[in-house]
Amino acid sequence: MREAAAPEITPEVVAAHGLSPEEYARALQILGREPNLTELGIFSVMWSEHCSYKSSRKWLKRLPTTAPWVICGPGENAGIIDIGDGQAVIFKMESHNHPSFIEPYQGAATGVGGILRDVFTMGARPIANLNALRFGAPEHSKTRHLLAGVVAGIGGYGNCVGVPTVGGECTFHPSFNGNILVNAMTVGLVARDRIFYSAAAGIGNPVVYVGSKTGRDGIHGATMASAEFDERSEEKRPTVQVGDPFTEKLLIEACLELMKTDAIVAIQDMGAAGLTSSSFEMASKGGVGIELDLDCVPARESAMSAYEIMLSESQERMLMVLKPGREAEAAAIFEKWEVDFAVIGHVTDSGRMVLKMAGATVADLPVAPLSAAAPVYDRPFQATPPRPELDCASLALSPDLGPALLALLACPDLAAKRWIWQQYDHMVMADTIQRPGGDAAVVRVHGTEKALALTTDCTPRYCAASPEAGGAQAVAEAWRNLTAVGARPLAITDCLNFGNPERPEIMGQLVGCIEGMREACLALDFPVVSGNVSLYNETNGKAVQPVPGIGAVGLLADCRRMASLGLKQPGMRLLLIGDTAGHLGQSLYLREILGREEGPPPPVNLAAERRNGDFVRAAIARGEIDTCHDLADGGLLVALAEMCLAGGIGARIARPAADQASAAAIPAAAWAFGEDQGRYLVALPEDLAASFLASAAAAGVPAASLGRSGGEDLTLEGSFTISVAELGAANEGWLPAYMAQP
Amino acid sequence: MQAAVVVFPGSNCDRDAAVALAEATGRPPYLAWHRDSALPAVDLIVIPGGFAYGDYLRAGAMAARSPVMREVVARAGRGTPILAICNGFQVATEAGLLPGVLMRNADLRFVCRDVHLKVESDKTPFTAHYRPGQVIRIPIAHAEGNYFADAATLAEIEARGQVAFRYCAADGAVTAAANPNGSQHNIAGLFNRARTVLGMMPHPERLADPLLGGSDGKAMFTSLIAALS
Repeated sequence: MREAAAPEITPEVVAAHGLSPEEYARALQILGREPNLTELGIFSVMWSEHCSYKSSRKWLKRLPTTAPWVICGPGENAGIIDIGDGQAVIFKMESHNHPSFIEPYQGAATGVGGILRDVFTMGARPIANLNALRFGAPEHSKTRHLLAGVVAGIGGYGNCVGVPTVGGECTFHPSFNGNILVNAMTVGLVARDRIFYSAAAGIGNPVVYVGSKTGRDGIHGATMASAEFDERSEEKRPTVQVGDPFTEKLLIEACLELMKTDAIVAIQDMGAAGLTSSSFEMASKGGVGIELDLDCVPARESAMSAYEIMLSESQERMLMVLKPGREAEAAAIFEKWEVDFAVIGHVTDSGRMVLKMAGATVADLPVAPLSAAAPVYDRPFQATPPRPELDCASLALSPDLGPALLALLACPDLAAKRWIWQQYDHMVMADTIQRPGGDAAVVRVHGTEKALALTTDCTPRYCAASPEAGGAQAVAEAWRNLTAVGARPLAITDCLNFGNPERPEIMGQLVGCIEGMREACLALDFPVVSGNVSLYNETNGKAVQPVPGIGAVGLLADCRRMASLGLKQPGMRLLLIGDTAGHLGQSLYLREILGREEGPPPPVNLAAERRNGDFVRAAIARGEIDTCHDLADGGLLVALAEMCLAGGIGARIARPAADQASAAAIPAAAWAFGEDQGRYLVALPEDLAASFLASAAAAGVPAASLGRSGGEDLTLEGSFTISVAELGAANEGWLPAYMAQP
Repeated sequence: MQAAVVVFPGSNCDRDAAVALAEATGRPPYLAWHRDSALPAVDLIVIPGGFAYGDYLRAGAMAARSPVMREVVARAGRGTPILAICNGFQVATEAGLLPGVLMRNADLRFVCRDVHLKVESDKTPFTAHYRPGQVIRIPIAHAEGNYFADAATLAEIEARGQVAFRYCAADGAVTAAANPNGSQHNIAGLFNRARTVLGMMPHPERLADPLLGGSDGKAMFTSLIAALS
């Protein structure tokens, strides 16, 4: 065994690699000897939280992952669902939180690059990107800089690669001051019989490296993503990788061209932990060994050590196992696209990862114990105590709803995010039939009448107050957003962002959110097919709000039978679907208008959610409604204002008489801004309203007529009249003005 | 009509252009790879949007020196119509097919949105199916679309009626507020002197289908078919 300038493996070196003494003891036991530095580095990244899911694995198993339309659930690079006609959709959402805080442009850009690779490595052409962003308080000194950098980075990468960025969300809260969240999702389209997996097979088959050359960038990124931040975190800037979207574009085209042949046995992108993770993953899944000659790895810099080559997180690289004798054919395709191609090793029957350099063995590790037997922790957890019910009588609820509506439309979480999504090319590929700003983006399946509805959702303040309710609500809201455009919700990917799991209260949040998600997934037939866990999102012991981000995909069988939120013509009847209880706990009204973050989040009645949603979706499919909006943050009046703004048409509504009778129970502000779940606003022609209400009653779906579209103002009878232009100025003004400040 | 679409490795609107052309002409366009130094006989060449070679240097600077562009410039010299969209416009100016340059947008940000354009002339093979003064809605998506030429060049462009489209408000008013990127004289599209080369930052291929939210781009393709078939 040879290791250039091999340092002694002291307890300090072990600790610096993020391994606990117990984990190191386990490594010694597996190896039967002391590891050299390269081997220690490999243990370190393979057993990092980021790669091993050691704290969350036990609980992730609770999530439902199957359905008749699921082709591949969690465990591969991304999840796969069947959309009929021999086509499948591959998708996943992933976090790039820590790098984006340290270096926002490159951190976010490489997050997009990484998630794209997870999807095209399985054979799919990426057709849409989405992202979910959480920033600190707007007034925090770093927020503007981070937001500008992250958005530019996401755009810089996705725009160049030529995949439309069609949707997402962006909210603000002081808990993210020291740890922003940048979650990116990619959706790809593949022929059902052209899906590629990562299990290496075929003893003697060549192992091939393609893509960018390996440099000294990003070493130990996975380990960084598995530790808390402190004041010195900025010193970790050199561990953030630099993205090259042009090379990614070449890599996509070259891989997809090679995938049209049958030369590939297995393929895996090099993401976190680079060549280490990809080669172990392929060998482990295939139950084989791999021998690599590191002298053959295309290197950007000279004299890189085995340690550096194995732990580099240089971007835009893939590892493949080819059928024997197909190297020249594959090499020709990569030459055409001017991307590096190198045979760097072969598959063996040894069950070991053997790394050679200059003729000497520099690492020799057993594959199965390292990747399959990574530590799994059953960490102690403490359930989040329930928040006491909000006493509405104690709130100084103003009956003056107009100013509150304007204030809510202009608050950072509800303000229009046009400034962000106009920096993303959301139309390239010419299939975006619902652009950003609606309930869900809709992307046509190229050359067909089908379309995919896509959304990302989570309400962190709900999850903080009640992880169970918040987890269920995140799933239900995603389901509702897909339903609101008329799509049948099919499956989700989850991106779980939490603080330090070694603290029982954080584990309690993780456990609670997963439990809530599980309930909703089961009730809504909405399985989890892929996901990612990001822990240690805290700085100096202050954790972020728990964010179990949900990315969801639904299918529209006929994209002409689709709904969108904008009011389309005057004189349409406006109907409210679902029960209104006036729940103000954890609402934006409570936070933004009354300055209080209190109470439990709104309960999610999953049976009602399903009943109401199925009814709305069927009406869209029958062509009865083409205008629909789900009620979420800000409640009824905010939703109606958004419909007016999107359509450029006003509306005149009144609180239903039957409802007013119980006005003692529900104050006006709670009726207007309460965030009760499972609700939609729809608009339909006057002559269809009576039969629609009758069929709703027959289906047990609460539905009430509120008024009609028309005019240039939004009027709530007996309360206010505000012009649509004024609503628009409030809603559109905040973000551009905020970003224009020095 | 037989069209060709130039494909650089970083082109990403090549498929969209090909789809719009196939839809309009009933036959798929020839795809010309960037390393090709010869092209078959074609009636129209489209240089599509994207990031030709990554555009880490000045947008279009490397592409202008590619083998395929030598042939495209030669064909343009013999009168073959060239439609250069977005990155294609950048390539065309770098290749000397059109005067001026496209600089970083005035606000330094990428911008993707629908804009209104005022059609300046219908006396060209590209715009015959529009009316002069007509306001059309077409999307833009670029970071470097800020058209600049020196004063003498600009005066000559205007004098010769080479401006094809100007950014305008919905009512057709050519205003600073309607200018998305700082282009001089609100120039969104530009002809060569012979009006056989059109460079434009907006993407007509992206709004040639009502399902995509509009079809104002379609008349450009029907104009070309009528002129070139």
